[in-house]
Amino acid sequence: MSRKNLSGIVQQKGTQHVVMRTLLFLTLGVFCLYYLIPLIVMIATSLKSLEEIRAGSLLSLPQKVTFDAWTKAWSSACVGVRCDGLQPFFWNSVAMVVPAVTISTILGALNGYALTKWRFPGADIIFALILFGAFIPFQVILLPMARTLGVLGLAGTIPGLILVHVIYGLAFTTLFFRNFFIGVSSGIIQAAQIDGAGFFGIFFRIVLPMSLPAIVVTVIWQFTQIWNDFLFGIAFTVGDSNPVTVALNNVVNTSTGVKEYNVDMAAAIIAALPTLAVYVIAGAYFVRGLSAGAVKG
Amino acid sequence: MSDIRLEKVTKNFGATEVIKGIDLAIDPGEFVVLVGPSGCGKSTLLNLIAGLETITGGDIYIGGKRVNDTPPRDRDIAMVFQSYALYPTKTVRNNITFGMVSRNIPKADQDAAVQEISTLLQIERLLSRKPGQLSGGQRQRVAMGRALVRKPDVFLFDEPLSNLDAKLRIEMRTEIKKLHQRLGKTIVYVTHDQIEAMTLASRIAVMDNGHIRQFADPATIYEDPVDLFVAGFMGSPPMNMIPGKIGAQDGQYVVSTSNPDEAPLDFPLPPALYERASAMDGRDVILGLRPEAIFAAGTELPGANRFIFERPVSVVEPTGPDTMILFHHAGLDVVARVRPEDSRPEGTLFSFEADMEKAKLFDAKTTLRI
Ligand SMILES: Nc1ncnc2c1ncn2[C@@H]1O[C@H](COP(=O)(O)OP(=O)(O)OP(=O)(O)O)[C@@H](O)[C@H]1O
Ligand SMILES: [Mg+2]
Repeated sequence: MSRKNLSGIVQQKGTQHVVMRTLLFLTLGVFCLYYLIPLIVMIATSLKSLEEIRAGSLLSLPQKVTFDAWTKAWSSACVGVRCDGLQPFFWNSVAMVVPAVTISTILGALNGYALTKWRFPGADIIFALILFGAFIPFQVILLPMARTLGVLGLAGTIPGLILVHVIYGLAFTTLFFRNFFIGVSSGIIQAAQIDGAGFFGIFFRIVLPMSLPAIVVTVIWQFTQIWNDFLFGIAFTVGDSNPVTVALNNVVNTSTGVKEYNVDMAAAIIAALPTLAVYVIAGAYFVRGLSAGAVKG
Repeated sequence: MSDIRLEKVTKNFGATEVIKGIDLAIDPGEFVVLVGPSGCGKSTLLNLIAGLETITGGDIYIGGKRVNDTPPRDRDIAMVFQSYALYPTKTVRNNITFGMVSRNIPKADQDAAVQEISTLLQIERLLSRKPGQLSGGQRQRVAMGRALVRKPDVFLFDEPLSNLDAKLRIEMRTEIKKLHQRLGKTIVYVTHDQIEAMTLASRIAVMDNGHIRQFADPATIYEDPVDLFVAGFMGSPPMNMIPGKIGAQDGQYVVSTSNPDEAPLDFPLPPALYERASAMDGRDVILGLRPEAIFAAGTELPGANRFIFERPVSVVEPTGPDTMILFHHAGLDVVARVRPEDSRPEGTLFSFEADMEKAKLFDAKTTLRI
């Protein structure tokens, strides 16, 4: 139903209705502003020169827009002793997040599909155990994970970090997909079985195309989690293999006498941009995904 | 062509027994219709034959081969689901061809098959739409198309016409019948529609609560029901079941029925029933008279064993070709089917004639036919 256009629904009219609407939008506007102010301040600061920052107030808009801070943050700011900017670490993050999100999403979909549509003895217990994984705090697995990566020879590398994120993310992706597939009529799977398709045939040709909303929700969730992760990044990578979040911290903490707020702000926005982009691109699906169980036939 | 044989088949869902020991032998090319009240296990039985549910006990044979452990795709069946179960992301065309794609049928054959089936089902204009953009009846026809497009050994239909309008349903019914005559495939067909059951079936299986009560050709089910359940299930409006007592009067056997406010009626039994009635002398029975066996006195050609009585009309229900007249008797509303021109307004004293040749007797205790 979520795909149906709702604009045809008859709505209330009259003065009372108009007053309530105005009030509603005013309230929404106030909250909107409240949430947007930090972002506005960040963007404004990143476009100012250092002198202007020192002279003006925090909230004022830039008098003379300059992208020097952005260029510096991207390609020449010092991260620890290395002064190449965020750029190499940004690509580290990309190289980590793409496989980590892809693998954990596909495995989660496969898990959810097997747990709901190909019921096997003990499926509920296995699901409960997987679910339990979603509640384990990050800190608890640091030491065992470090040991595991050491044994596998992946310590301090990007593939090692990918493995960590895939394993940790599996609990969430499985949960998302299981809850989506439980709302999908089993009759569709049965029809496909009668039509001669097997486990993977049904998965790739029937189930996966149906679960686009769930995929989008999972990808957004996983991307945000993995891209923004700091703890695993700092614990399981070293120096050159750091993800962008760790590098950002290092940019801000590398003291060269003067605090360059504009560079810090630009670096922070650069580090946050990909998640923002994912929300904007896939956001429309995010809302749909939440009510996706209602879509049938 | 394959036969289907069920032997002592049972099915439990957890602790609840849904199919309670069914024996059924369906001949090759037969058209079997399953009827029964909602929740009696018809869909479950189809799922067992299709292999979509694992049977708890007993054996299923298709084409002489035991298929208890054969997965659905290897049973060579096609099924129309009660819930349609169309693939929501595929177009109508791809819904129909999915089974052929899975089985690697050449593209040219697929196109020809789609063409033929979409013309038959009048869905040519819908081929590029998604199921979400179809009405209920259109979805049902697509579901039919998906099953019919393949030419399997066995067809299973679960209420395939329930959502169509009356005209289309009659058309489709005829098409299914023609299709069966042309292809000669074995068909198991579930329906709640009596006319569908009577017109399509070579044999009807009447189910109740996980059992099969009677499995016979439509005429036998209608004229020779084995018990009250089958008698009451088939026929619309249903058979009148008048409680009474068997007694002998002047060398005749009668069923005496009483009425708190009105005069009792003694229905004389036809001589053919004397022998069986004598064994039940003095016992409580149910007298079964279908509405068409009670009509306005003198409106049919005279025959043997007619019984004429008078009762005030309590309700008049015109249906078009016939009019149903209800009257109170023995604590229930008895229905008589009369010609519209013989109808009289409510309250009028009406002279009814019952054709006792058509009467059926049931034991009130065991509900079995006497
Ligand atoms: N998966 C299941 N788990 C538990 N009980 C079930 C399950 N499927 C069906 N049942 C029960 O089995 C009984 C028979 O169901 P079934 O769907 O076969 O009925 P039906 O005869 O097809 O009814 P209808 O005419 O309404 O379609 C019902 O009482 C139903 O509640
Ligand atoms: Mg059913």
